[in-house]
Amino acid sequence: MSLTLLYVQTLNGLQLGVLLFLIAAGLTLVFGVMDFINLAHGVQYMIGAYLAAMFTAMTGNFFLGLALALPSALAFGLLLEFLVFRHLYDRDHLDQVLATFGIILALNQGVKVIWGAAPLSVPIPDSLTGAIVLMPGLLYPVWRLVIIGSGLAVAVLLGLLVTKTRIGMLVRAGATNAPMVSALGVDIGKLFMIVFGFGAMLAGFAGAMVAPILSVEPGMGDNLLILTFVVIVIGGIGSVRGAFIAAILVGLVDTLGRSFGPTLLKAVMDPAAASQTGRALAPMLIYILMAAVLFFRPAGLFPAKK
Amino acid sequence: MVAKFTAHSKWKLPLLALALSSGVSGAALAQEKLKIGIMVTLSGPSAVLGGQARDGFNLAVKTLGGKLGGVDAEVIVVDDELKPDVAVGKVKGLLERDGVQFVVGPIFSNVLQAIHKPVTESNAFLISPNAGTSNFAGAQCHPNFYVTSYQNDQNHEVLGKYAQDKGFKKLFLMAPNYQAGKDSLAGVKRHFKGEVVSEVYTPLGQLDFSAELAQIAAAKPDAVFAFMPGGMGVNLVRQYRQAGLANIPFLSAFTVDESTLPAQKEAAVGFFGGANWAPDMKNPQTEAFVKAYEAAYNSVPGTYAMQAYDAALLIDAAVKSAGGKVSDKNAVRAGLKKADFKSLRGNFKMGINGYPIQDFYLVQAVARPDGKFATSLRDKVFSNYVDVYAKDCKPAN
Amino acid sequence: MMVKRETIFGREAFPLVIFAVFALMPIAASFGAENYLLSMVTRVMIFAIAAISLDLILGYGALVSFGHAAFLGIGAYAVGMLSAHGVKDAAIQLPAALLASATFAAITGALSLRTKGVYFIMITLAFGQMAFFLAVSLASYGGDDGMTLSGRTQLFGTDWIKRDRHFYYVVLAFLIGTYALCRSLVVSRFGRVIRGARENPQRMAAIGYSLFRFQLAIYVIAGTLCGLAGFLLANQSEFISPAYMTWQRSGELIVMVVLGGLGSLHGAVIGAAAFLLLEEWLSGFTEHWKLIFGPFLVVVVLFARGGLMGALKRLGGRGA
Repeated sequence: MSLTLLYVQTLNGLQLGVLLFLIAAGLTLVFGVMDFINLAHGVQYMIGAYLAAMFTAMTGNFFLGLALALPSALAFGLLLEFLVFRHLYDRDHLDQVLATFGIILALNQGVKVIWGAAPLSVPIPDSLTGAIVLMPGLLYPVWRLVIIGSGLAVAVLLGLLVTKTRIGMLVRAGATNAPMVSALGVDIGKLFMIVFGFGAMLAGFAGAMVAPILSVEPGMGDNLLILTFVVIVIGGIGSVRGAFIAAILVGLVDTLGRSFGPTLLKAVMDPAAASQTGRALAPMLIYILMAAVLFFRPAGLFPAKK
Repeated sequence: MVAKFTAHSKWKLPLLALALSSGVSGAALAQEKLKIGIMVTLSGPSAVLGGQARDGFNLAVKTLGGKLGGVDAEVIVVDDELKPDVAVGKVKGLLERDGVQFVVGPIFSNVLQAIHKPVTESNAFLISPNAGTSNFAGAQCHPNFYVTSYQNDQNHEVLGKYAQDKGFKKLFLMAPNYQAGKDSLAGVKRHFKGEVVSEVYTPLGQLDFSAELAQIAAAKPDAVFAFMPGGMGVNLVRQYRQAGLANIPFLSAFTVDESTLPAQKEAAVGFFGGANWAPDMKNPQTEAFVKAYEAAYNSVPGTYAMQAYDAALLIDAAVKSAGGKVSDKNAVRAGLKKADFKSLRGNFKMGINGYPIQDFYLVQAVARPDGKFATSLRDKVFSNYVDVYAKDCKPAN
Repeated sequence: MMVKRETIFGREAFPLVIFAVFALMPIAASFGAENYLLSMVTRVMIFAIAAISLDLILGYGALVSFGHAAFLGIGAYAVGMLSAHGVKDAAIQLPAALLASATFAAITGALSLRTKGVYFIMITLAFGQMAFFLAVSLASYGGDDGMTLSGRTQLFGTDWIKRDRHFYYVVLAFLIGTYALCRSLVVSRFGRVIRGARENPQRMAAIGYSLFRFQLAIYVIAGTLCGLAGFLLANQSEFISPAYMTWQRSGELIVMVVLGGLGSLHGAVIGAAAFLLLEEWLSGFTEHWKLIFGPFLVVVVLFARGGLMGALKRLGGRGA
């Protein structure tokens, strides 16, 4: 029984990891290639979820809603890029922080004005509801498997895109040494726009995919944004591979730590103290992980810049 | 018409206001008018709770023709942003800049802890339409503090009592890892004497409960009790049903109510909660209230709206019994203690500690014929229930 | 004319104007809603102290700390925890708050300064979050709800600072003291080394300065000063809560400093005042004030380089 629980929690950790990766992939590239700190990336995730909720309600079909939400999220990301971000690329990190912080405030309030303060929900597509038996005694919701599957598929695609295509090569080169790429005559503005739009769409995709299991509400991207930053820093900024490994690591550590931490502590201290300490420690775990990683590898696990 | 957000328009940037020194004349006029500050959470994920309270209060003032106790009422709404220190600053603004005689709020206990002292010590009255912490119900009770909701533990106790009466043997408990969460589970265990198979505390604001649901599936309890307010509750309920656990009775407090049902929809139908009221309560005042509220705001009122509505009726009754003399604090206080008004929940008395003595019910989420979702009364679990802390309250006067 | 304008927004005159305004505030306030105005400006001055301390490492040392609010919380919890155990005198509370902040700064600083740039931002965030979750788990001190203090800190056994006006001047004195201390620090040899390290770390290391020691020293000083702000904040609101040390609060401190203008110290004061007063003022107009405040921040970044101080300077220059 306890082994089954371990499997389920591992799947849950994987699902969180995959979700974090979808958001982190765009963020780490934007950061690595453009040296741009985009705090508003979490907002893109929220916008994706809201758009999916709106279009699903309008069309009555999640997949149609998703198909409409993705280009809309992309368009919205590009609009923000055009209006604001483009003017910030050559600015100080702190200017970027201030401006994107302002955007978070405005958009969190904006979705509340448009869609109301109450959380929205999106039904799971009928064909993918329910749970399936993975092995005797191990029941797992289908939709969560879909999230894991689609996240892994995106990871593979992204890996191919970055390693095998010309644009991927430019992106990798940009992450390592942006001025050099620009000096070689590449239209860096266009490259930035593509990377940015792509990142925004991936975050929007993550938001749309979790809309059926999580409530869609104002500010839903804020805490996830911080987790995502943890991921890209552990992975090494600018590295898609690092982001993937770190995302899975963070997902697993957080989920398994929360469910098994107190149990493990019970082996070394009395139950009451163990559950008290476990509760206090569980939410800190990923930050302890990050501090430890940075202590031993000050530029993350897979630093892109040499 | 009720002033909603216009009240501040005459207020300038503080430094400018100094130069204009308009505050002097304002203070002189204040006595002839009833000024009420509503401080609730209107931003962030929990904004919907504060919105219900604000709307419920405003509806009552509108129904009473813009007057409470026969005195013209001016209502000023502020957002506490769910930040205690921000709330302290803003409540001082209400008290000293706007000169309110009543502060109605807040929604959350942590804000209550922060604003209780500034309000009660300034000799204004604090009427809480929701938060009712144990410390202010017991030894720290204060003659300027009144609650129109409940003592925080009580709704949880309803489910503990129900589980005990129903003969459940094994109960699985979960709550967010913060003070109200711990109080909640303590409240359940006060009446439930069976086995608690597991007590799970999740980080506040956690939205994915897959890990906990897996534990529930493994533990196979007779019933689950959950305290997961706001967005957490929306997620938990939907994921609970998705995980195929709905055959295990789901008992909850502040998790399945009119603030979360619009998002939970069918997923919550059949799930249980504990409450002091539900919109289908059979009395004429509730029927009129629900009808008017739904017409005005196009949503089903929950207990947050009901308790704020009752807060307005309580102030109305107190000012009336003081003969409209808002400045006569002792007379108003006596009126508040008497609480001579027709509560939406029918049976209502003010306890010695300023917390209500009322009935509590098991409620169940239902789909209404019009397609909306609401809670519906089931069994009465407690009658004329006095909170357990009231005995520690030694009133000063 | 030009020269005169320059000095107004330069080193000496402008800060003096700010402090004079603060000093005269209570007199003006006595014509209005006195306690409210006093407590709001007190809050502004407390956050100004925190912002100055952050500007010290952020503006001068280029060390972007995203966990600075932790010190605010540590200072506040020192007050709350001591007074919960009956120790109410400033003679013990204040040194305890400063010492606790300094210790936390020394430990986390020593670990964080191994990293640079964005990694430094994130590791400070990590320590800030650890402090936050630790406070949440302190059930006997209110846990997540926080805890109301029984009263303000006593001064040698008297309730002298219970009066809002007295407390106001205490905070003002600390603000001026903090400003003077930081100002003398940045113009000293020590300050030149720190600034040199920002411009060209290799060169400073080559001339034989141990940057780590200098940076750690300034990090500890900044943390201690922010702990002072926390001590005052707990007294102002007579309440302590983990909400003082959320990452959002750390972000707001950064926003205050950048909004005011980096690396001038008084810019941090202007930034704190602008942030808090605008928030208060705008939220009086509409529930959706963030819809105005957010774009305002964007506009400041896009069109006013160097924050509000930069804009003021340019206005002054253009007027001449």
